[in-house]
Amino acid sequence: MLPSIHQLLDFNAEALKLRAERIRVLASNIANSDTPNFKARDFDFRAALENATSSQVANAGGGASTTDARHMQIAGPGSSAPTALRYRVPQQLSIDGNSVELDTERARFADNSVRYESSLRFLNGQIKTILSAIQGQ
Amino acid sequence: MSLFNVFDIAGSAVHAQSQRLNATASNLANADSVAGPDGKPYRSRQVLFSAQSVDQADRAGGVGVRVSGVIEDMSEPRKVHDPKNPFADSEGYVTMPNVNVVEEMVNMISASRSYQTNIEIMNTAKNLLLKTLQLGS
Repeated sequence: MLPSIHQLLDFNAEALKLRAERIRVLASNIANSDTPNFKARDFDFRAALENATSSQVANAGGGASTTDARHMQIAGPGSSAPTALRYRVPQQLSIDGNSVELDTERARFADNSVRYESSLRFLNGQIKTILSAIQGQ
Repeated sequence: MSLFNVFDIAGSAVHAQSQRLNATASNLANADSVAGPDGKPYRSRQVLFSAQSVDQADRAGGVGVRVSGVIEDMSEPRKVHDPKNPFADSEGYVTMPNVNVVEEMVNMISASRSYQTNIEIMNTAKNLLLKTLQLGS
């Protein structure tokens, strides 16, 4: 039984979306490296990716169904953000309350952008594989 | 797509840092001016940064930075004893601006490093977006 094209590309597509989101968060941190009382944020990429890919397999309907008014509402995978922003713990404190350390943020930004590009290449490779299978070569 | 916000975020940071450089340049240029444009002694100007959400509609959007105000340093101006100066008061003291040249140089270095870092972020985001556009080809 052939998996659908969507399922084949799904993992790398989700990884790409989450990497782009992480670029945005890290860019916010770096932009605010001089703002007083700004706290550096980040999210757990591995947990977010697992959440995004596993929920696609498990909850096709999305969320838990409620049959009684006393059931708690549990949101599906598409609604609330699994990319919950957490705070980065600074190594050195700063007088003005800013917790952004430029060296840490730059290193993570560089790491993240290389991984974005690697996801891009993997996705590209998979697309080419599918295309060549379609063309029958 | 998330990555486009990075231009807004890093762009706001670049703009804020350039205003900070402007303030520093004003201070350094007027470090020896006896009187400001309104006749009163020149007071050194500092910019205040505050974080600002880039996209009001999207709460998880990036956080840029903006200059929320330009304040004048209200600390005591320094008095230099120079009776021959036409601006000297009755005791022979001339009020010089309260510009600390060393602090301003450090400010300038910090602002230019932040400026460069944010330009690099914009370049990286631009390259990644261009490569993403070539997906599948």
